Amino acid sequence: MKPGSKTDGLHLDAISIGLHGRTLLCLSAVVRPGDVLTVMGPSGSGKSALLAYLGGFLDPVFTANGRLSIDGSDLTGIPAENRRCGLLFQDPLLFPHLSVGGNLLFGLTPSIARHSQRRRMVEQALVDVELQGFFDRDPATLSGGQKARVALQRVMLSAPRFLLLDEPFSKLDSDLRQQTRTLIFSTAKAAGLPVILVTHDIADAEAAGGRVVVIGEETGR
Amino acid sequence: MTRRFVVSGFVLALVSLPVLAGLAGTIGPAFGYLPAIGGNSFTFEHFATLAAQPHLMRSSMVSLTAGIVATSVSLIMVMLFTAGYAGTRMFSRIQHMVSPLLAVPHAAAAFGLAFLVAPSGLAMRLVSPGLTGYTSPPDWLVPQDPLGLTMIIGLVAKEMPFLFLVTLAALPQVPLAQTRHMTANLGYGRIRGFLIASWPLLYRQIRLPVFAVLAYASSVVDMAMILGPALPAPLPVRLTQWMADSDLRMRFLASAGALLQLVLTMAAMAFWLIAERAGAFVLKRMSGSGIRQPDDRTIRRIACAAMAVSAAFVFLGLLVLFMWSVAGLWPFPSLLPHYITLQPWMRAFPQAVAPVVTTITLAGASATAALLLAIGLLWQDDLRAGDALRFVLYLPLIVPQLCFVFGLQILGLALGLEASFLLLIFVHLIFVLPYVVLSLSQPWQAFDRRYETVAAGLGKSPLQILLRVRLPMLTRACLTAFAVGFAVSAGLYLPTLLIGAGRMVTITTEAVALSAGGDRRTIGVYTLLQTLVPFIGFLIASLVPHLLFRDRRAMRI
Repeated sequence: MKPGSKTDGLHLDAISIGLHGRTLLCLSAVVRPGDVLTVMGPSGSGKSALLAYLGGFLDPVFTANGRLSIDGSDLTGIPAENRRCGLLFQDPLLFPHLSVGGNLLFGLTPSIARHSQRRRMVEQALVDVELQGFFDRDPATLSGGQKARVALQRVMLSAPRFLLLDEPFSKLDSDLRQQTRTLIFSTAKAAGLPVILVTHDIADAEAAGGRVVVIGEETGR
Repeated sequence: MTRRFVVSGFVLALVSLPVLAGLAGTIGPAFGYLPAIGGNSFTFEHFATLAAQPHLMRSSMVSLTAGIVATSVSLIMVMLFTAGYAGTRMFSRIQHMVSPLLAVPHAAAAFGLAFLVAPSGLAMRLVSPGLTGYTSPPDWLVPQDPLGLTMIIGLVAKEMPFLFLVTLAALPQVPLAQTRHMTANLGYGRIRGFLIASWPLLYRQIRLPVFAVLAYASSVVDMAMILGPALPAPLPVRLTQWMADSDLRMRFLASAGALLQLVLTMAAMAFWLIAERAGAFVLKRMSGSGIRQPDDRTIRRIACAAMAVSAAFVFLGLLVLFMWSVAGLWPFPSLLPHYITLQPWMRAFPQAVAPVVTTITLAGASATAALLLAIGLLWQDDLRAGDALRFVLYLPLIVPQLCFVFGLQILGLALGLEASFLLLIFVHLIFVLPYVVLSLSQPWQAFDRRYETVAAGLGKSPLQILLRVRLPMLTRACLTAFAVGFAVSAGLYLPTLLIGAGRMVTITTEAVALSAGGDRRTIGVYTLLQTLVPFIGFLIASLVPHLLFRDRRAMRI
């Protein structure tokens, strides 16, 4: 795939989501590799439904139309586990029964099969976010910022094709929020991943620096 | 969608078919149809034989009233205690005291109570000869009092914890704190406010378990053998004797009797339905009257004391059993044995080993199978959807055991099936499954589904997510559900007796068999073993997560 070609990036083609016959939102957008599309809206506007639809886990009570594709390949109707869509929630959701390293190994794509190489990649991923030596740590003993970094690396190791961020900074205090934002956006840019960010914090949108779409009753089409 | 259908359909068939077949197997012979032993004609003759049994009316009435009274008392205790204390520290204190009682087998609780209240029991020794002047035990008919009062107390002590725990499980679905604030602001006392605003919602959730208690209490065998009146014995006890009679023709009489038992339990349920209406009417009048009753401390304290005393009965009973199991010479009215000896254990233990092994194998196998089925069922996310499924799961608890297990035994006889261990595991599974599903479903539904979403985003299939995320994170809940199932199986008396046909004996059937004339020391040893077996299950359930997740702080709660 040549960069800049017409199919490059994440394409949202006339996506509309409805509930009980009422249309919650309609959206068309193209998110280029490394770009961020920020979706803003009040609660109840269908932000989470949009995210669920993009991630492939929309509750069947919703009706959804439209087409989602990445780099030219169609994702509509593909089950969540085959979409390779990296998700970050406001909680880091590290698996409490696994060590930090175990969480990362869980995320690391199975295409890397050799045990020693898997271990090396996970160690490197920890070094990349200044968490060297954390492999055997219990995730419950990490600080909020450390957990957020582990969660990011867990997603990145799974070789995602795009990122979905669900208010991932809302539970961090302002210093940490700034750092984490920068880290996530620069990581995504470096990896050339299209990012969709759902938030209600205008500062998030400004930091993301991409296009901002507002959904909700007022703008409902 | 199809997968969903397969698991729930399988469970539906697994549970309902044996119950229905068992009922058919009871009804047929009651009307004379049992070709295997020469019953080929339709006849009412066996009902006539049944009616001619001496004191049949009295036997039936004792069972019926004991069932209704025990259920009412247990439910009212739980209701008033929850009303008066939900959300307080006393509530969690009592909760911790009552929860382990669920694991105490009925027979063990009954023996403990018997040793406590008998004329030569611990209670009498405490006050003799000081207060009573007795130097030899008085000639009182306790337990086995003709009205079945001791039996009722025993039933309450065992059924109250069950009703309390199902109430606990339903509490989160009721906005208790908000309602309490609202009613308190209007000036209502705790109990009255709760009864008017929260109880109707709560009762709807626990209605099936209440009916299960009613069915159990009105047809109980093991507790009735130990605590119930002797001449005449309650109907279920006499039925069991007829069913186990070596004369196969007694099966006809037993079938007719089992049908009478079914009618009795249905009568109890009909009475309960009327009582529900009456209760609803009283509640309506209460809320319409506007009376606040802000000071309800007395009722609250009585309810709390009743819960504590009822729990203490069981614990004290177990203590007395332990004392007897190591007692040397212990004449009345000495409070303590004259000396302590391990002789009862040495004497009884060799014979007890085989039944204990059978019990553990049986309970382990049926609880494992039940846990796997429960996981499958919950994984299909079927329980919220299916009220029908919930009802079917309760079916073996709502139809009296006597009425369909006996039919199953007869069917086995008619089909020429040998009593087999596999069949016994299967029958246990029917009784174990509902408890395991009940125990697992709450933590299962409380699980944060975003973990699964994250895992799916990382490219894991639903099965991988189940095995590597959900089940490991629910390790403790799964083990607890297993332990609950294990305890239920270990304490099952009647199904083991009838299906095991005397060839497969568990520690429970052995212990109950001792009630007729067994000496107190042996009974002490057997019932302690019987209590210990399920207790070990719970011990494992609480220790294993600690060992597995030694280094995982968030997994230890």
